[in-house]
Amino acid sequence: MLMATLMLGGLGIALGLLLGVAARVFAVEGENPLVKQIESLMPGSQCGQCGFPGCSAAATALVEGEAAINCCPPGGRALVEQLATLLGVSADSAGAAPVPMVASINEAECTGCTRCYRACPTDAVVGANGQIHVILQAACTGCAKCAEACPENCVSLHPEPITLDTWHWSKPQAA
Amino acid sequence: MLKWSGVKGGVHPDTHKDRSAALKIVQASLPDCVILPLRQHAGADAIPLVKPGDSVLKGQLIAAAGTEVSAPVHASTSGRVRKIGPVQAPHPSGLAADAIVIESDGDDRWIDLDMPDDPFSQAPMELAERVARAGIVGMGGAIFPAAVKLKQGARHEIKTVLVNGSECEPYLTTDDRLMRERAEQIVDGARLIQHILRAYRIVIAIEDNKSEAIAAMRAAAEPFGAIEVEVTPTLYPMGSAKQLIQEITGHEVPAEGRSTSVGVLVHNVGTVYAIQQALRFGRPLISRVVTVAGGCIKSPRNVETVIGAPVQHLIDACGGLTDEPAQLLLGGPMMGVTLPSTQVPVIKGATGVLALQRREVSRATESPCIRCARCVQACPMGLLPLEMARRAKVDDLDGADAAGLKDCILCGSCAYVCPSHIPLVQYFQYAMGEQDARKNAARKNDYTRMLMDARNARLEKEVAAKAAAKAAKKSRASSTSESAP
Repeated sequence: MLMATLMLGGLGIALGLLLGVAARVFAVEGENPLVKQIESLMPGSQCGQCGFPGCSAAATALVEGEAAINCCPPGGRALVEQLATLLGVSADSAGAAPVPMVASINEAECTGCTRCYRACPTDAVVGANGQIHVILQAACTGCAKCAEACPENCVSLHPEPITLDTWHWSKPQAA
Repeated sequence: MLKWSGVKGGVHPDTHKDRSAALKIVQASLPDCVILPLRQHAGADAIPLVKPGDSVLKGQLIAAAGTEVSAPVHASTSGRVRKIGPVQAPHPSGLAADAIVIESDGDDRWIDLDMPDDPFSQAPMELAERVARAGIVGMGGAIFPAAVKLKQGARHEIKTVLVNGSECEPYLTTDDRLMRERAEQIVDGARLIQHILRAYRIVIAIEDNKSEAIAAMRAAAEPFGAIEVEVTPTLYPMGSAKQLIQEITGHEVPAEGRSTSVGVLVHNVGTVYAIQQALRFGRPLISRVVTVAGGCIKSPRNVETVIGAPVQHLIDACGGLTDEPAQLLLGGPMMGVTLPSTQVPVIKGATGVLALQRREVSRATESPCIRCARCVQACPMGLLPLEMARRAKVDDLDGADAAGLKDCILCGSCAYVCPSHIPLVQYFQYAMGEQDARKNAARKNDYTRMLMDARNARLEKEVAAKAAAKAAKKSRASSTSESAP
């Protein structure tokens, strides 16, 4: 009885020590490398449209499976595909990629306060103090930070307009 | 006819060419207003040079080429610029495109044309530049700026200038009539192109169902050496550049390659005619011949019209509609695009306007693929349409590429023969469009990241500058306080 207790206890201590040492010696440096890899794929505008505070938090959530792979509207379908291959899930499982949005300013109400200009993470707002501001559509990621910052409530978001350059045939509806 | 080097695959749709081919080209009257889209070519939009309210003359440059691959736009009649802005585009989406609308003054007064000297005494690049200034694009429907192709002569060795008079699309007879009626000008244009490209020979390729055009071109080419008129079998899509090159030279254009890689440059007869007019008379591209046909057109024929005339104007010139068309097309029935209305303008690449009756349009509903592989036999590019469509259906775009999507010319032969009536071309159009959309999204992603980095760098610099200013102020304040007592 005593022998058995000692044996098992000794084994427990020895294996426990081994595990403890292994955890130190073979420890993974820093965070999951996948997080870094995903973060590098993301637009990096820290827009927060995914519901996480910034792209790095979203990348962590994606790796932990807490965020859907289509959570990033500025990333679009291309990002969904890349994430699907990286994370080993099907791109179709996420459903449609969110429609990218762009912001525009209602010039009639703009007072030229420059707040949207300072909030924009991509410098897409052009304007000067007391002058009407305008948003460069090509640089806008639709993060809505300008809309939140605007005291006049004159920034609106709408889906990216379809032009002859972006229009293409839709998939035939299967019979 | 069995040949080693000829075109593989292809289909034989009913030609429906007899009625419009029998009649001479007629001049259409001047429309009340012309609508000139800023992009009637492959490449960037042209940049308007006039303002609303300006008076313009026929042939005046009203929009300049935006970039290297672009084409200028000229006023097709004299009048006043009514507006510059979005109008409904001749495009299946029905979306708007920017255009210059000119109200005709009815005088149709030409601007003073700069009459060129004998083009054969001029340098090839100077001539190519003239073609660029005339705004000439591929008039067989490809709308690629002609001058960009002509400038290839300086970079590649072009052995053969291939003048494409095959016109394999059903209904269309513009090239046929043009060759019958203006053969000398086309031969002259072909010789000018040969001069520009320093090519060794000219081959004029015509399908064997156009015997009168063949005879006319042979007669016109007779006095000159190094011009051959070659007769090709009637087969769709013989008029596609890659297929025609394979038929005539026996060389296959490599996958994802261009015709210059086999030493050939292909120009449609309409383009050759336009180039001749530009180089001999200094005339910019402001008119073209359009086939108006289809079961709903009272008297189908070829009409020479100013560019920018509304489609309705051409239909009226052919006696109007006899019936409500089931489908309105710009171009041929195989590769043409559906038009959203008859108010859209005729553009530089418009080969035909077709108003088709219900019985001329396929209405069968799609049924499942039975893997009969008829599409594989019909594909002139040697691809696997059934596999491409199957993968496009499940958004496996890389898979579709692997099955040959990148080399697809969208000719529609596969869909034509499909016994299950699968809209194969639409699947390919969808997959290609989706690929472009993804590429654009990835490009925007990179752009966003670049903007972010630039902004962060700027903010850091601002903070550093502020800190430096503060430190400088402090040191100044302390130095003054030290020196004060």
